[in-house]
Amino acid sequence: MSTNAPVVDAHDQSISSPISARALWLGGVLTLSLLLYYFIGIDQGATSLFGQDSHIHEFVHDARHFLGFPCH
Amino acid sequence: MESRFIYRALGVGALGGLLAFVFARIFAEPFIQNAIDYEAGRDAAQNELYKAAGLTVDGEEAEIFSRGLQRNLGIATGMVLFGLAMGGLFVVAYLVVSRRFPGIRPRVLAALLAAACFLGFYAVPFVKYPANPPAVGHSETIGDRSAVYLAMVGISVVALILAVVAGYRLAGRFGAWYGSLLAALGFVVVVSVAMALLPALGHFPLNESQYGKHATETPQPLLGPDGKIVYPGFPADVLFKFRLYSIIAQMIMWATIGLAFGALAERVTAKVKAPASAARPAAAATPSPAS
Repeated sequence: MSTNAPVVDAHDQSISSPISARALWLGGVLTLSLLLYYFIGIDQGATSLFGQDSHIHEFVHDARHFLGFPCH
Repeated sequence: MESRFIYRALGVGALGGLLAFVFARIFAEPFIQNAIDYEAGRDAAQNELYKAAGLTVDGEEAEIFSRGLQRNLGIATGMVLFGLAMGGLFVVAYLVVSRRFPGIRPRVLAALLAAACFLGFYAVPFVKYPANPPAVGHSETIGDRSAVYLAMVGISVVALILAVVAGYRLAGRFGAWYGSLLAALGFVVVVSVAMALLPALGHFPLNESQYGKHATETPQPLLGPDGKIVYPGFPADVLFKFRLYSIIAQMIMWATIGLAFGALAERVTAKVKAPASAARPAAAATPSPAS
């Protein structure tokens, strides 16, 4: 049994680098998806990142209604 | 390795959004136009009443994009990008779960996850705050409506994730069937309590003070000073069709994501799991009686 333990350790270490790459991929996709969700559904309605502009809101107007988001 | 799944999920997400758009363009857009026409007619009738009462009438709002642009390129852009975003959230969940449970077959996991996303992001919030066509919804309450809608989506998604985790734990104690049922019951209870606590759209103070006590923001008949109806309430059939088609469009999108991604994930997973099998072309050439 005792001979097995170091082997397991080495295996764990060897995959530590792919794990961080994986976390980066997942975190990146999660962030960008939520950002896109916000811009398609919410921005320039209740809150607006570009001030008093409503180009995004008006352009995706029909989609916003149809996807269930609140719209004017 | 993750990137292969991610690109495919984003692709099928955009495809799902595109198919949902085609459906929307054919079936929903006529009703969206009906709703906009209703709103225009109602505004005109309202302005007549204001004029008769000697009040000043606000000018028409300037149109930024024409209806032609909104009902074609606008809704297409919105739905494809929404599909892309949903594909992104979906694949994050897929990669997390598939790593934890490598024994679940990719296409089964993809189908189950897509169904869960449909429920959590759309169907459950819809029960409390259904999709509304143009003309339904007062512009002054958009802040309140956005807040309660996002709260409903958040609660529904988080409760669904917790229910799945709880169901997995409970299955160890009560068996798969009763463990799952208990978790489902817990989900229904949590979501029901949230729905009971969140306000109905019509009950925002802004609405009650201006429009009276109604559960929703659906326009009521417009009454003249003598109490007679000068313009009807919002047509019920338009509201129903719009909501029905909204549900169907989401089903199309999530079915596309779940099924198409499942098929692609099967192939990627097979390649990742058995890279050695490519070195044995004889095995692949042998027809299997099972297929």
